[in-house]
Amino acid sequence: MADRSSSGTNGQRGGLFHALTEWVSDVGAVTLAWIMEVGDVALFSLRTMRWLFTRLPPRETILPNFYQIGVLSLPVIALTGTFIGMVLAVQSYSQFRMMHLETRLGGVINLSLVRELGPVLAATMLAGRVGSAIAAELGTMRVTEQIDALSSMGANPIHYLVVPRFLGCLVLIPTLTIMADFMGVFGGWFYSTVLWKIDQHHYLENSQRMVCTFDLFAGVLKSLFFGAAIALISCHRGFHCDPGAEGVGRAATSAFVVSFVLILILDLELGIILDQIYSIIWPQGLSFI
Amino acid sequence: MAKDVRLADTTTADEKSSGPLVALRAMSVQFGNQRVLANINLEVPRGQTLAVIGESGCGKTVLLKTIIGLVRPTEGNVLFDGRDLCRLSERELSEERKRFGFVFQQAALFDSMTIAENIAFPLRQHGKQDRHEIEHLVRERLAEVGLPEAAAFKKPAELSGGMRKRVGLARALAMNPEIVLYDEPTTGLDPIMSDVINELILRTRKRYPVTSIIVTHDMNTARKVADRVVMLYPLSRLKGDSPQMIFDGSPAELDRARDARVAQFVRGEARERLMEMREQAQLAAARD
Repeated sequence: MADRSSSGTNGQRGGLFHALTEWVSDVGAVTLAWIMEVGDVALFSLRTMRWLFTRLPPRETILPNFYQIGVLSLPVIALTGTFIGMVLAVQSYSQFRMMHLETRLGGVINLSLVRELGPVLAATMLAGRVGSAIAAELGTMRVTEQIDALSSMGANPIHYLVVPRFLGCLVLIPTLTIMADFMGVFGGWFYSTVLWKIDQHHYLENSQRMVCTFDLFAGVLKSLFFGAAIALISCHRGFHCDPGAEGVGRAATSAFVVSFVLILILDLELGIILDQIYSIIWPQGLSFI
Repeated sequence: MAKDVRLADTTTADEKSSGPLVALRAMSVQFGNQRVLANINLEVPRGQTLAVIGESGCGKTVLLKTIIGLVRPTEGNVLFDGRDLCRLSERELSEERKRFGFVFQQAALFDSMTIAENIAFPLRQHGKQDRHEIEHLVRERLAEVGLPEAAAFKKPAELSGGMRKRVGLARALAMNPEIVLYDEPTTGLDPIMSDVINELILRTRKRYPVTSIIVTHDMNTARKVADRVVMLYPLSRLKGDSPQMIFDGSPAELDRARDARVAQFVRGEARERLMEMREQAQLAAARD
């Protein structure tokens, strides 16, 4: 009986030890895979930069991508921007009214829009619309051997496929963000002054006073990084797509998810860095009242 | 390392002039833990039409992609006109690839482009800018593969499988390559269209002094177009250290081959394979 119980304890110990080593090995494997993936994306980005600075692709490959990324995203970005502005007005109005500060609403809406919500929500929208489309298109090209066909004809797939999309995202995502900001400012103004009859003069004066050029710059700078991240992640996912329809679907989904996570991380990091820069340039800060 | 340097030195000097156009030296390819090709030695002289046969999954397509540098060998060397492709930079490799034509299994046409743009792609890529010259060459290539001019303005999705393969051939021949690699050119086509493709391969060979490597499991294609046939066997089914290339000879010798594996493949006999599958199923059941 005693023997059995001791062997049971040993077995339990062995089982526990085995489970622990398996867990450590699993964590190690996941960490290793993650590090390799990050390294692979970094190399992919470096190769893209090398082509970007040595030889630009022909205009006929750049323009269709600009059209796809920029022109076709206009309606959805305009709609997103307008609604963010209006929702901000709806959410903030009652609290500002309690303090009889409705006229300050313009400043708060516009500041939140240009510094934070405009860039982040526009980039999220574009990661879904543009990033997934890029990953699905390049993934299909990988699966149907079109990328191999490009290489076999002496064309470099990064130069021919990635650089135009990267340029498109780098130039047009900040441009679309400015558009989203503008539409948001319009949406907020419309809801506050037209529907809630807030005094237009004070609303606009406060907006002008509370939002400075640095805020606009901070928002656009963030969107530049978001654009680069969306393009590189989506192209990388498409290039390393698994075979079959399932592989393409997975590439499109992961392009969005990874881009979104990167947008959030970049937003935080850039927010901290820009705040530091702001406090160095203007140590007294700006007075909102 | 010293051995590699010696190999590179001797090949650039001697083989470039009169040696084989393609030479694989002790070449192996492995993806992760899966070995696909092991210790392949093969030389393809200029002007030869070589058919590589073997059952699905034996590494035929990987062999073809290794020859053009799309897949890097894990061991050994791939020499093209005396130059080791594994030692070339990305740019040098792109330059060498301009001497190749590749006909993909599913044609791999760019679906965002029209047929004319597909055929013109390598021409533009190689620096031809004159629109009239490009249009003339596209028309010529379309006529060579028997496609009407009206097809030039269609998108690949609007064409049948046979037409797409012919466009793929026209695109591969656009720059008068020195070597054309065909990846299963007749797979998925009806017998008539398969014969059309075979005739086009033969006609291409007559018209241009081109070296061809054709990967196929269609014995009609191998017999009709090839000067030489090699057969690969899947590594997973190979016993011991026996070579993966189990046949190397003329199409006529193929029918007289004594190796049972070759004879069964040529005649399309599945008896032994079915027995093997049954044994595997029994083993799996016993394990469970």
